Amino acid sequence: MTTALALPSTEEEIWRYSRINELDMSKFANGKLTTTVEGGEGVQLTGTAATALVGAGMHVQPDVFAQLNTDTPDVIALHIGKNKVHTQTVVITHSVDKTGIVAYPRLVIDAAENSEIVVVERFTSADNVHSLVIPVVEVHAAQSARVTYLAINELAKNTWQIGHQVAVGERDSNVRLFTVALGGDYARMRAEVRLVGQGASAQQTALYFADGTQMHDFRTLQSHEAPRTHSDLLFKGAVKDTSKSVYTGLIKITENGTKTEAFQTNRTLTLSRGAWAESVPNLEIETNDVKCSHASTVGPIDDDQRFYLESRGVPPEIAERLVVFGFFDEVIDRLPQSEFLAGIRDKVIAKLGGTK
Amino acid sequence: MSTLEIRDLQVSVGGTQILNGITLTINSGEVHAVMGPNGAGKSTLSAAIMGKPGYEITGGSVTLDGQDVLAMPTWQRAVAGLHLIMQYPTEVPGVKLSEVLSEALSARHATLPNLNKTINEEAARISFDSELVNRAVNVDFSGGEKKRNETLQLAVLKPKIAILDELDSGLDIDALRDCAKRVEDATNETGMGALVITHYSRLFEELKPDFVHILAKGRIVKSGGPELADELERDGYAAYAEAAK
Repeated sequence: MTTALALPSTEEEIWRYSRINELDMSKFANGKLTTTVEGGEGVQLTGTAATALVGAGMHVQPDVFAQLNTDTPDVIALHIGKNKVHTQTVVITHSVDKTGIVAYPRLVIDAAENSEIVVVERFTSADNVHSLVIPVVEVHAAQSARVTYLAINELAKNTWQIGHQVAVGERDSNVRLFTVALGGDYARMRAEVRLVGQGASAQQTALYFADGTQMHDFRTLQSHEAPRTHSDLLFKGAVKDTSKSVYTGLIKITENGTKTEAFQTNRTLTLSRGAWAESVPNLEIETNDVKCSHASTVGPIDDDQRFYLESRGVPPEIAERLVVFGFFDEVIDRLPQSEFLAGIRDKVIAKLGGTK
Repeated sequence: MSTLEIRDLQVSVGGTQILNGITLTINSGEVHAVMGPNGAGKSTLSAAIMGKPGYEITGGSVTLDGQDVLAMPTWQRAVAGLHLIMQYPTEVPGVKLSEVLSEALSARHATLPNLNKTINEEAARISFDSELVNRAVNVDFSGGEKKRNETLQLAVLKPKIAILDELDSGLDIDALRDCAKRVEDATNETGMGALVITHYSRLFEELKPDFVHILAKGRIVKSGGPELADELERDGYAAYAEAAK
């Protein structure tokens, strides 16, 4: 296929501040990731059953990258039957081993009525890999289903990611989407939750930490399309050296979303003078009788907090570490228990301590 | 025996001269009260001694046992033996008191074999709810809890010289008594010296000053014994504010 792709540009609001203008798709040839799945026995589908599940949570293609993924997806499909609790955590590990490839991993989690599942998806690569990953995650939570999904981006410094997370929650379901983003060169995640059934709830939580010349880019949507739905989003990150982060988020409550509660908080610490972060929260509310709040801050470590700790005799680099971990504390508290998060403190410490 | 020696200290904030030459010598075991009206420069004195950013030293010296305090970064001043109890203790989200004390002690190369036990004992001594030790420092603490927390840190870190910036402000009578008594005990038990900055003399019920200095318009305008505090209580600061002009 040689048809020139119409890529988006930063003129479009959803791509504003992004590095999309740097992307040259001709540099990448379609390729595969090395992927392992553990704990999928009994829920992982194969063959046509797997491909048939594509689209379970994403009915429209939000942009050209999602469309590309849909055209040639490498599918991992999980279906949890009615009333089943899948006690084992499903762990999917992707490794980008080849340079110069673009890969389209597609994860579909289809949770039937009153079922429960926990899925961890990790992305890794080596330093010399100049490749692009375009992952799509679809979650469909049927009535009263409970889905927990944790994405861990530990890509190396030359790998790009342009990803989508889309979840649909039906009546009384609960979806929790977690993201821990430490890696990548330009690493973008568009994370959308649609609550379409009465009483559906969702939590979206992210911890990100960029250093060197990295950029972490998040676009979120909390769409309330039914009464008494509840969403709570907490994204906290740090940028160091000359790295950047972008957060733009929309809470949308349609006419049907009466008695909805929706909360959105984004906070980013700028740890170096050269680091840059943008945070743009938005509300679009078409009904009354809702409870809604959003908060956003971008700024350096509070001087008073630093002075307070130093005045107790805590050296500056340790004071900074304490304040940064204190800042991340409420996010780390929300993250699910996972062996893959055990090393996260050390990774953040390494990022804090290192200079690039 | 330790000595904090402040000589002709001059400090400006944002280009405005606040302290116009303060001279004070505080020895181990001594309690020096610095009293003055609002705007006299009391808080500036404590901030400058501890090296708070934004306070520019324009003249004079501060030494602790001969060491040049003003040449040290803030954390080294604390390690050298100074401790500041802040008027408005800062909230530090997500950072526990036990973590702060553990790091503060390790910077002093003084690891307590059982830090938690010490913290619990000291907390009980000043009626500080030891549950708060494992919560974020000062976050959602009441005024009394904040000052008890400050006092607890002082008790665990055992400084040579403590600087108390309006310990009494915002305190109910019980918290004031607990905190003031603990500072007084430290002057007797470990020979701590104290520079006690305050507007009112109610603190002195439990914490007995040996010397009282009146600060007005950035100068010490009168020094004396405890009787000077009684005089201020009776007559107010008006006479001294005039004298400093």
